Amino acid sequence: MSTKTRAEINVELSCPAPLPAKDTILLGHGSGGKLSAALIRDVFLPAFQNPVLARLDDQAIVNVNGQRLAITTDSFVVKPLFFPGGDIGSLAVHGTVNDLAMGGATPLFLSAAFIIEEGFSMEELRRVVNSLQRAAAEAGVQIVTGDTKVVEKGKGDGLFINTTGIGLVPDGLELSADRALPGDKVLLSGSIGDHGIAILAQREGLEFETQIESDSAALHTLVAEMLGVSSNVTHEIRCMRDPTRGGVSSTLNEIAQQSRVGIELEESSLPIHEQVRGACELLGLDPLYVANEGKLIAIVAPEAADAVLQAMRRHPLGAEAQIIGTVKKENPGLVTMRTPLGTTRIVDMLSGDQLPRIC
Amino acid sequence: MKYLDEYRDQRIALALAAEISQCTTRPWVLMEICGGQTHTIMRYGIDELLPRGIELVHGPGCPVCVTPLETVDKAIRLALHPNVILVSYGDMLRVPGSRSDLFRAKAQGADVRIAYSPTEAVKIARSNPERKVVFLAIGFETTAPANAMAAWQAKREGLTNFFMLVSHVLVPPAIRALMASSSNRVQAFIAPGHVCTVVGCKEYEDLVRDFRVPIVVGGFEPVDILEAVLMLVRQLEAGEAKLENQYVRSVSYQGNLPAQQIMAEVFEVSDQKWRGIGPIPQSGLRLREEYAAYDADRAFDLGELAVDEPAECISAQVLQGLKKPTDCPAFGRRCTPENPLGAPMVSNEGACAAYYHYRRHSVAS
Repeated sequence: MSTKTRAEINVELSCPAPLPAKDTILLGHGSGGKLSAALIRDVFLPAFQNPVLARLDDQAIVNVNGQRLAITTDSFVVKPLFFPGGDIGSLAVHGTVNDLAMGGATPLFLSAAFIIEEGFSMEELRRVVNSLQRAAAEAGVQIVTGDTKVVEKGKGDGLFINTTGIGLVPDGLELSADRALPGDKVLLSGSIGDHGIAILAQREGLEFETQIESDSAALHTLVAEMLGVSSNVTHEIRCMRDPTRGGVSSTLNEIAQQSRVGIELEESSLPIHEQVRGACELLGLDPLYVANEGKLIAIVAPEAADAVLQAMRRHPLGAEAQIIGTVKKENPGLVTMRTPLGTTRIVDMLSGDQLPRIC
Repeated sequence: MKYLDEYRDQRIALALAAEISQCTTRPWVLMEICGGQTHTIMRYGIDELLPRGIELVHGPGCPVCVTPLETVDKAIRLALHPNVILVSYGDMLRVPGSRSDLFRAKAQGADVRIAYSPTEAVKIARSNPERKVVFLAIGFETTAPANAMAAWQAKREGLTNFFMLVSHVLVPPAIRALMASSSNRVQAFIAPGHVCTVVGCKEYEDLVRDFRVPIVVGGFEPVDILEAVLMLVRQLEAGEAKLENQYVRSVSYQGNLPAQQIMAEVFEVSDQKWRGIGPIPQSGLRLREEYAAYDADRAFDLGELAVDEPAECISAQVLQGLKKPTDCPAFGRRCTPENPLGAPMVSNEGACAAYYHYRRHSVAS
């Protein structure tokens, strides 16, 4: 086994590198785009190689004494710490709960680790901790363990939080990004870009007529509603993902690549709130690349798509759900989009963060 | 959304495309100047809606692409100064210099910050009096008024720690250079609507007269581009050459007078080098003598810079409309947005990036 591992690593390294050898970590490596994917492929996967990790889903599902356990972890470095619609505390719960929920797991327990910069306000820490507890209680999960580290002033950025979550997955449920099939429908639970634009507006002091709020929310009850549609649903819902960093585009590109299929979106069916659209037009950003924290994408067999869509719309977090596209045989690994003019273009995965245009 | 949806309307777009087909009796080569227009064309597949004879070639109007390599190298060198905060428009950070880019300089510890507006750089200077703040003031006539405003504000406040590394380019001299070139193929231009919103239409009238070339000031949405193409084709077919304004909802003949005033107060016209094209006389802006104290070129000793473009990159021909990005043997192979050989593969307004991001499924690569 170990020889095999070494051989495979060698193959990786001797391949004509699709990316130039990079000697330092750039901000783009944390953007959720192509640089992040390359980092995982070139550094983490070869080092930790195992079949559970290799699935590259939002959560690992492992079998322990006949129980299917879902595990996931996420770190939160959002700035500002408090934003319209949430804060780093509620986000730390929602992010991890959602990563469990996307595997069909019922979230049960969370850990919470705090990395705090010397000099950080005790009052703000209390606000964050209370928000974290409130979000956990609302999501029906308990924070059962934790850790605290304090770093010297200037060595952190106020406050970072890591949460790890554990949940249970029902027998027979197999959701994975490699299961999309031609003909499947792409369902999106609601409007896109709200979280990213809310954060950006707050950070840059941009003001709009109506405040844009983050969509940060725990999605596991919406998932339960979708899985409750029929007993066949295990096979009919192929995969679920929450399009966080990197936005809808990165998530769909990952699914297209892992399932070796094409995905074609219909631009006119994308739900985008007017204020978010306006802000994106103004800043030269594409909402497809902007982060969401309370939305999910589901790839669903065509015969079940309508029933699942109706189930989503019955839930408050899925009221604006839409079918936004179809899985295709053509263009495997690519996401394309029918524009309002009836032409087709690529929806690429970005290499790093989306940058505002100059003029 | 008002002023957007009607300009992306399929019915109107297809009607315009049909009218263009009806008007066209022979092939014509049109150039859209602005990179924003190039992206609209690629993103919405407008070239696919046009009759075969109408060729759109992409112009030099990508501010990041034409910023000279020396300026990028200087910015990187300045950013690595221990006491400097370098403030830039976000789009400049990934542009390759000779050996590095600003993102990598940032990873090496340089204090590089992205601003949405140059006055943010002034704010940073105000709140960091012990540091030197350099704003990378690049762009066309569109960014010049705001950049001028930053210098003006710094002078009014008496800030001594604010500087600008200026690399400003002007559109009309570039059109003049293209028209005067012996390899020119362009028969008509879509002029950049945002630039004309600032400076008005006067200079474009001079170009129409001097070169007998049709010019239509155009907007940036699909319907804008198609309408501008239709207006140009009608002129070409009728053997006319005049200046027309398609982008009337934004552009007036005079332009924005207060914006022109602040530009004239702070900047003066100078010779300017364009990345990929070379020097063009009187095609740039530099700080006036009264603003010399804010000129990073004079305030910092930047030493000798050995600049070096990758030999394989054909961005020079791409920026002059002589070649398409897909004519480049490196396109999509050795040159991608992750590993760009030239600036047009990086920028939100670069032609190579537009082809790569939106259309590489339909073009042979």
